[in-house]
Amino acid sequence: MDKIISGKAHTFGKNIDTDQIYPGRYLELVKPEDIAKHAMEGADPKFLEKYSKGDIIIADKNFGCGSSREHAAITLKTIGAGAVISESFGRIFYRNSINLGLPLMVCQGIKEFVEAGDKLEIDLEEGIVKNITKNKILKGEKLPEFVLEMMEAGGIKQYYINKNIK
Amino acid sequence: MHALEKILAKAAGRDSVSAGEIVNAKVDLAEVNDLYLQTIKSFYEMGGERVNDPDKITFILDHYAPAPSIQTASNQKEMREFCYDQGIEKLYDINEGVCHQVMVEKGLVWPGMVLVATDSHTTTHGAFGAFGTGVGATDLATIMLTGELWFKVPEVIKIEITGKLNPRVMAKDVILYIISKLGTDGAVYKGVEFTGETVKNMSIAERMVLCNMTVEMGAKTSYIKPDETTFRYVKERTGKDFKVEYTDEDYQYSKEYTFDVSDLKPQVAVPHSVDNGRDMDKVEDVKVDQVFIGTCTGGRLEDIEAAVKAMNGRSVHSKTRLLIIPASKEVMEKAIEKGYVSTLMKAGATFSSPGCGPCLGTHQGLLAPGEVCATTSSRNFPGRMGSTEADIYLVSPATAGEIAVNGKISSKKTLKEER
Ligand code: SF4
Repeated sequence: MDKIISGKAHTFGKNIDTDQIYPGRYLELVKPEDIAKHAMEGADPKFLEKYSKGDIIIADKNFGCGSSREHAAITLKTIGAGAVISESFGRIFYRNSINLGLPLMVCQGIKEFVEAGDKLEIDLEEGIVKNITKNKILKGEKLPEFVLEMMEAGGIKQYYINKNIK
Repeated sequence: MHALEKILAKAAGRDSVSAGEIVNAKVDLAEVNDLYLQTIKSFYEMGGERVNDPDKITFILDHYAPAPSIQTASNQKEMREFCYDQGIEKLYDINEGVCHQVMVEKGLVWPGMVLVATDSHTTTHGAFGAFGTGVGATDLATIMLTGELWFKVPEVIKIEITGKLNPRVMAKDVILYIISKLGTDGAVYKGVEFTGETVKNMSIAERMVLCNMTVEMGAKTSYIKPDETTFRYVKERTGKDFKVEYTDEDYQYSKEYTFDVSDLKPQVAVPHSVDNGRDMDKVEDVKVDQVFIGTCTGGRLEDIEAAVKAMNGRSVHSKTRLLIIPASKEVMEKAIEKGYVSTLMKAGATFSSPGCGPCLGTHQGLLAPGEVCATTSSRNFPGRMGSTEADIYLVSPATAGEIAVNGKISSKKTLKEER
């Protein structure tokens, strides 16, 4: 996991639920590369045309509320999203992302701090967001120790592979 | 400690735990549904060979029951084969119904247990005093591998509900009302406990509706203190010995709310957010193309019965379709026995076999762009039941029956005649 993540911001509103991140009609897909073709499609059907690898997703609050579908985290992980920053997250989406090693940050006031297209730099360990375009800094929350450990192992799968349980 | 904390403490082999701590707890039952082939993939990717305890795992094929595509048929096939290989006997196939109803009917849920499923509505099982929570595929795979999972011990919010409900006002109206007051992020990461005389007087089915929808406020789990109603239901279904955990007198809730529902009117949550609940008589008239009665929120026998009563011998409006999908085989059998199925079919309803149906927008009654649906399910997000350009209104089963007859959601005191 990179300590410093930088990328261009894409902004979304509040309560972006998992149906908007990954519409239910594609739930039968299994391969990550197929799942990746529908990232954020319910919220913005043109999202992938504007997106480039490493970009950062900014949301108002309660991002990833709704269903437990891991597809929502898989799709963002597979397109290589740099991170997702929101004032708060849906609980299961949060867990799924951590398990897959998709970086998240909880950060109050992020919506006013960033406009679409701004270049950002994020320090996950310190919980800091820098807006390079606007030359300002905002403090978010650090990831809990336990979660950081799991992220550093590369997600929960690697964590258990290391433990070698059959 | 709260009862939920005691349950987690016991499962983690500890004397006590407190909110905010992360604990590794043993899971009594892990349920996988047919959206989650990824669970099996993650299990093998993590180096798994044999599941930790096949008796503590159940697979329920409900979201795509029966399979609408070759891909889902293949996914289900792989899941069945996994169960056969691993000696998982609790495989409930496409003939059984929605996981949350099936688990309860089959006696797999009891007070004091830890239940984890690949479904957000696992909060439902708080109705039995169980610790129930939803996770994704990889979390579930770690349970299959180790029998345990990490949990952050949640703070608990107490919601007291008082007052006698008006006729035709249902648990669904109560929870839509509460969510409209607390918001879709009103309980994120929290446990939600329901207490009060209204809850005490509720049937198991009604309690399940309350707990089911707490996830729409972001809750991690929910809880209703088990009582005679609970014990009667559970003992009929399971031979399991269980120990009930009770909350200590001095437990400090993180928040407490009281709602008096004596004057509550039927509620409608208008598009596109579950917290958009309002009195039906304040909603502007809107023509409805499809009414859906079903799901783990509103597809039980009591719900179908409420619709029959609301329709009161009248037919479905000529420009509206009424789709009914019982939550389980058992519900359907009883609805047939009681004559509800034939009454409703004569009135113009369409029945499909038990399962999730169009609730999550995969099959069996999807919406076209520009269509309007009134549904007893739990979510009205854009695109949830098909086109992102369709509008979904959440209502109770009684209200759904009324709308099916009128062909529209109407402020015109629709429920008056029956009072
Ligand atoms: S009925 Fe709907 S809410 Fe319930 S488990 Fe199925 S898809 Fe989820």
